[in-house]
Amino acid sequence: MATSIRGRGGIGPALPLLTPAYLWLVVAIFLPLSAMALFSFMTELPMSGRDWSLTLEHYAAFFSSGLYVTLLWASIRLGLEVTLWCAIIGFPAAYVLARVLKGRAREAIFLLVILPFWSNGLVRIFSWAMVLREGGLLDTTLNAILPFRIDIDLMYSYPAVIIGLVHSYVPYMVLTCYLTLQAIDNALIEAARSLGASRLQTLRRVVLPLAMPGLLAGSVLIFVPVVGSFMEPRILGGRTGTFYGTVIEDQFVAVFNWPLGAALSFILLAVVLVILSLSAPILRRVQ
Amino acid sequence: MTNLLGKLAAQAVLLSVCTVSVHAAELHVLNWKGYGADEPWAVEAFEKATGHKVVNDFFNSEQEMLTKLRTNPGLYDVVMINAAFTGQALAESLIQPIDTAKIPNYADISGEKANSPMLNQDGKVYGVPWVWGLTAIAVNDKSFETSPTSISVMWDEAHKGRVVIRDDAVEAIQFGAIASGQNINDIKDMDAVKEKLTSLMPQIRTFWSSENDWNQMVASNQIDIGTYWSGSADRAKTQFNLPVSLVIPEEGAVAWLDAFSIPVGSDNVEGAEAFINYMIDPEFYVEWVTKVGAPVSANEKAVAALPEDAFNRAVMGDPKVADRIQFQAPITDEQRKEYLAIWQELKVGAQ
Repeated sequence: MATSIRGRGGIGPALPLLTPAYLWLVVAIFLPLSAMALFSFMTELPMSGRDWSLTLEHYAAFFSSGLYVTLLWASIRLGLEVTLWCAIIGFPAAYVLARVLKGRAREAIFLLVILPFWSNGLVRIFSWAMVLREGGLLDTTLNAILPFRIDIDLMYSYPAVIIGLVHSYVPYMVLTCYLTLQAIDNALIEAARSLGASRLQTLRRVVLPLAMPGLLAGSVLIFVPVVGSFMEPRILGGRTGTFYGTVIEDQFVAVFNWPLGAALSFILLAVVLVILSLSAPILRRVQ
Repeated sequence: MTNLLGKLAAQAVLLSVCTVSVHAAELHVLNWKGYGADEPWAVEAFEKATGHKVVNDFFNSEQEMLTKLRTNPGLYDVVMINAAFTGQALAESLIQPIDTAKIPNYADISGEKANSPMLNQDGKVYGVPWVWGLTAIAVNDKSFETSPTSISVMWDEAHKGRVVIRDDAVEAIQFGAIASGQNINDIKDMDAVKEKLTSLMPQIRTFWSSENDWNQMVASNQIDIGTYWSGSADRAKTQFNLPVSLVIPEEGAVAWLDAFSIPVGSDNVEGAEAFINYMIDPEFYVEWVTKVGAPVSANEKAVAALPEDAFNRAVMGDPKVADRIQFQAPITDEQRKEYLAIWQELKVGAQ
């Protein structure tokens, strides 16, 4: 299909199909983002006739105190941890979905994976709050079953943030892994088995390398938004819930300091892009 | 036939008159959500009495309120502004002078509040005081046999992990100023404030942001004590039957004054005046306190109309309380940014 278009002379015939999407991207993403980029270099917002000039002070503010660097590092660590947990939980689920279950059972399990996507993020987080707190669902249920008494109070802690974020993002990992796992030719696995590879060896030497693109795509899809997340840490993290994303939110909401908030956001974007581009060669080799 | 035509014409005229008057009488009010002006019974009573149709819009922070005024000139007719921000709204030409002669209840507002320099400039009135209240501390009655009297209870080891404070830089810094015995509007020793708040951090369970957060934590018995607003503590008790008591510590508390202003470009000033008059009316206030729970009215007659033992009359009206509260003065943008930087650093240190 693609070659036939190129064969008939360039992008021309594809334009009517592309225009709506690109027009939308320009209006909805490129323009506001450019405005934000401009704001990040301004001393004041050009609102109600305030004077403004161009400056680099907001970018300098990032480096002037250890605060933002510490927070950014904490957020990156959070992103890595959440991604790791999503992989540990999501990959086996995707494997079962793609290679073990068939027909109705697969559809049912698939629905359960997708279900969180259909509920509002804020609702999901608040329902976790009900489960995790002392005297909440988890605490009450476990103590009703177990013969001894344990106190479970995960609310307002770092683990609570991890739990909330993993729950929100694990479907991405399941979906991307599912797509690559499903595409693996059964004959390859059968060949490995018949040549004497154990189940574990087959997984490690055949399935995992072939599923790597899905695992990596899922990781990127999860890592990037988690580094900038602010809602989950704020609601579930309590005292430990201050991250890079919450600080950016404060700049926009609490002090109306859009320029600093924008500058911090673009630094985050730059750092994420650097991380992704640095890891690109390694990732390519793995593939 | 002519009769029918005549009737139709009359109806058409009547209809157009109606639509015109309805359009002219729409009244856009900007306020916090669930803060008096949007009570359904109040809106209904006001609409019935005056014929103006109330359209409520809300903000979640003072900054958002100012942004809405800046970006929608001419849309709003009444805006509720914390008096500490009235000066900024005026400096940006967002609000207009108010003709207090058109607001009969204005005469009953206590003199010191009506004449507050935050609401008056060059002999003109830019804000009509509505209610005032405190940012003090509130306790979970289940955790205390007798209510504490000192702010130091927040640092008590016995309540470790069961203390909350609002996630708001200005409130936190001013709370630290009171705890370290300073004037909230002129903090001389910021290091003492930082030290106080740093030592408070290990006690903290979480930072609350809305009334609902606070009430839910008390309802599920997760906290013992925390900073809270006087009107909210009253509502928690009256409306939700929660075991909450407000404490005005002997060290003092932060007081704030909320006032109504009329934005520049309002196309229904007459309606705005009627609405403000209704909002400071004793009848509305008593109903608000009884049904929902509210801060203290700036109208002396409205407070006097409450039962003698009512919290807003007995405790908040106590001269000894008046002596130890400090009213919030305006804060510059620079101070606000500085406070936020300090607060963020404290929160990061708490991890």
